[in-house]
Amino acid sequence: MPVLARVRRGSYQDSVALLQAQQALRQMPGVEEAGVVMATPANLALLRGAGLDAPELQGAGPDDLVAVVRARTQVEAERALDRLDELLSPRAPAGGTSYRPRTVRTAVRALPGANVAVVSVPGRFAAGVAEEALREGLHVFLFSDNVALEEEVRLKRLAAERGLLVMGPDCGTALVAGAGLGFANAVRRGRVGIVAASGTGLQEVACLVHRWGGGVSHGLGAGGRDLSDPVGGTSFATALTALAEDPDTEVVVLLSKPPSPQVARRVLALARRCDKPVVVNFLGAQGPPQVGNLYFASTLEEAAHLAVRLSGGHPPAEREPEPEGVRWAVGQRWLRGLFVGGSLCAEAQLVLRGSVGRVWSNVPLSPDARLPDPLASREHTVVDVGSDEFTVGRLHPMLDPSVRSQRLLHEARDPEVAVLLVDVVLGFGAHPDPAGELAQVWEEATRTARRSGRELVCVASVCGTELDPQPYGRQVERLRGRGVLVAPTNAAAARVAGALCGRAGAPSEQGPLPTVDLRDGEGMTHEVSPAVRELLRGPVRAVNVGLESFAQSLESQGVPVVSVDWKPPAAGDAELLELLSRLGG
Amino acid sequence: MDVDAANEVVVRRILDAHPVLVGVGRALDVVPGMRKDLILHAGPPVTWDRMCGPLRGAVIGALLYEGMARDEREAGELAASGAVRFEPCHHHAAVGPMAGVTSASMPVYIVENRTHGNRAYANFNEGYGRVLRYGAYAPEVLDRLRWINETVAPALGQALQRMGGLDMKATIARQLTMGDEGHNRNVAGSSLFARQLAPSLADCGLARDELTGVLRYLAENDLAILNPVMAACKATMDAAHGVPGSTVVSCMARNGTEFGIRVSGLGDRWFTAPAPVPRGLYFPGFREEDANPDIGDSTITETAGIGAFAMAAAPAIVRFVGGTPQDALAATLEMYEITLTENPAFAIPQLDFRGTPTAIDVRKVVRTGITPRVNTGIAHREPGVGQIGAGLVRPPVAPFQEALRALAELVSR
Repeated sequence: MPVLARVRRGSYQDSVALLQAQQALRQMPGVEEAGVVMATPANLALLRGAGLDAPELQGAGPDDLVAVVRARTQVEAERALDRLDELLSPRAPAGGTSYRPRTVRTAVRALPGANVAVVSVPGRFAAGVAEEALREGLHVFLFSDNVALEEEVRLKRLAAERGLLVMGPDCGTALVAGAGLGFANAVRRGRVGIVAASGTGLQEVACLVHRWGGGVSHGLGAGGRDLSDPVGGTSFATALTALAEDPDTEVVVLLSKPPSPQVARRVLALARRCDKPVVVNFLGAQGPPQVGNLYFASTLEEAAHLAVRLSGGHPPAEREPEPEGVRWAVGQRWLRGLFVGGSLCAEAQLVLRGSVGRVWSNVPLSPDARLPDPLASREHTVVDVGSDEFTVGRLHPMLDPSVRSQRLLHEARDPEVAVLLVDVVLGFGAHPDPAGELAQVWEEATRTARRSGRELVCVASVCGTELDPQPYGRQVERLRGRGVLVAPTNAAAARVAGALCGRAGAPSEQGPLPTVDLRDGEGMTHEVSPAVRELLRGPVRAVNVGLESFAQSLESQGVPVVSVDWKPPAAGDAELLELLSRLGG
Repeated sequence: MDVDAANEVVVRRILDAHPVLVGVGRALDVVPGMRKDLILHAGPPVTWDRMCGPLRGAVIGALLYEGMARDEREAGELAASGAVRFEPCHHHAAVGPMAGVTSASMPVYIVENRTHGNRAYANFNEGYGRVLRYGAYAPEVLDRLRWINETVAPALGQALQRMGGLDMKATIARQLTMGDEGHNRNVAGSSLFARQLAPSLADCGLARDELTGVLRYLAENDLAILNPVMAACKATMDAAHGVPGSTVVSCMARNGTEFGIRVSGLGDRWFTAPAPVPRGLYFPGFREEDANPDIGDSTITETAGIGAFAMAAAPAIVRFVGGTPQDALAATLEMYEITLTENPAFAIPQLDFRGTPTAIDVRKVVRTGITPRVNTGIAHREPGVGQIGAGLVRPPVAPFQEALRALAELVSR
């Protein structure tokens, strides 16, 4: 096993700094053992005792700093030692703790080595903050929505020029080098790398991979519009290429709602050049099962399943719950799905259209199924309560479940409703006890229904892991304790609900789904920039601008984070903002 | 017009400036544009009828000092008559603390910017208590002023000449490592000043009682170096003034009625707003109601990146604003938000020798809403009472917004 050493002549560091650097080196990929010491005879003896001897150590003296690494490969040893300068650079200025920086620029000063900005300020200011972050050399996780399309194009162009990655806008989640950004689940690290233009899609696949014994190397978001024609898949391509060459990633999963056909062709052409298996799930777009290294999955569930198998795992068979002896009252036949996760909502529609026919929705798979009024369900309806019409001026339902709770009570009063289908999303940044909230509302809903002589069935799935702040098992128990049927996956929940309604309701016809075009797209070549490579190597050091809870969840994961005390520029004064933009400020 | 390129030039000039205290001269002889019928004052332009109490008192004192009036009443009439002109020190490459009043026969320190060749001037500091700069003009005040001007000033001038000048850049750098911020706290700098001058003073052939008096002046006045420091800052910022397109603030000053700024790329225009009353600690027997609105050219220190901008270096005086040493650090860290650069010549030990925040950018002030911090002495609103406290003041944001509008107009032209 190669042992490599670096000697820095006449460079003193205190022992705490040295120990911290040593600790960090030990945690780097492929590193077996590391030592960072001042080269006193005693310390050199210690190194040799630990099998860390190298010719460079000859002649090093007490004023010299030496770092020695033993690693699986020469490359990994070199990579580790390359980080030494950064590890030994001074930390945030002593005593600066009481000051909260007001801009990204000063936040970066307070957190040397910062590499990601987590931006969740209101949409109209978000592009400005993201641009500031890019100009400071940070990758951007852009949670904010309502960012104009042309701003997105501009930001991604700027990022491409600088070799940086923009995840978003409207990016709900990402897993980068073990750190969960935004709404993220605590997922075991492993060999499955995910690129997603859909937030809860990424969460569901990552959680299922974890629960089925696999692990996730990185889960990179791109933003819901990334695969549209104007944006052209810039972030998707960057992330895909990075995972293609990432040594920790063995299988790549691509997740998106149906993309622009042209962009899809280009992205798939890029995926085919990757020498790893690539699992593709364009929710709602149909593809053949396998072409070369591409594996098409029709659901998130199937994508996770394939990813685990292709990375050498064996997903266990899971039982789907069966309702016992439900007696519907006359007229009870419709299904109502209420989702906090957009991709989970789409997956449910996809599963249901096979079993119950037309499913109305505020975010339908095909235009003919669009719900005329998102607030009023009709027949089988599946609603995404996380979409704009429900979230303007309020928190996302993953944080504040009240919107869905009210809607659920409303649906329960409808005498024609038989089955309710819901998702529960756990993880950092989410509500501290979403299942508890839902269980309570469900009890009220069933009470109401029983008073009018009806029984209701609720089928749920829980997107989360045992490692989440709200442990999966306990959340599931809360729901089961109140009679909710909990299915192992979102797709399974939709199947169970569909089966129940399939017996009750009347199927109907609806338009065909788009198909994936596999003709090779024009050459989309993509080089991985050093900055993106660095990011995946980790660790994440974040600048948070916006929601304080995102900073707290990063802190709870042990990720160094500095929060910007953000206020609207020029107090939001439109005239001054216009003048500032004219003056490049 | 490229704003960033213009600002780069300005930043370069500020960082490269090398102010040296080269000597002492009579205002009439050395200050550009000085005339016998001209009284210089602090801050932006102001007419007699709008002058605050301390400034009026100082003007009266100067007229008495110059022998242009025999008493207070005559001086007042003369001032109001228009026969005497009032102009800002800043229009004459000069600065003065508090009232900043400088008349033709008064001596001034001469600071030369060795890099850019320009000079700046500041009057002499009279120490504490009843002094002209706070608007006092009683006979004993003028007697002391005369002694300073006729004994101390020439002696210091001679000593400086013997020394070949005193490097202000190096001295400011040192005082910042010794607990001064160069505006409200100058005790270390004044000690350095005395220490460096003393041997040359001893060699000047002064009568023994004169030498004792001069040394005592230096020994007893913690602010002795304030005026040369201000002149050094002025010499620095004047070199950075007048770069077309630049959004850097080249001057901030108050006359006790208005606070005003000038911007490098906006020529001689002032942008003003009513001066606020400082927040701070009052000496026994005084309260905020007694305070005059903010006054003095000493904000040239903050403009050049020291003073409140270097608060982290001076934790000892943070109690003036009821703060902790942590707050002192936070004060400096906040000023990095609105500045373009850090001055490596002025390193702050408490911030791991990070340079002071330097070159206030109008755009950053407007964008963040953070106005520059200013450390300041507080003057009584009645002339002649003197300093009644010290504290912190935040200038209003309006002048910065106005300047932004003017800049945008220039750029779009």
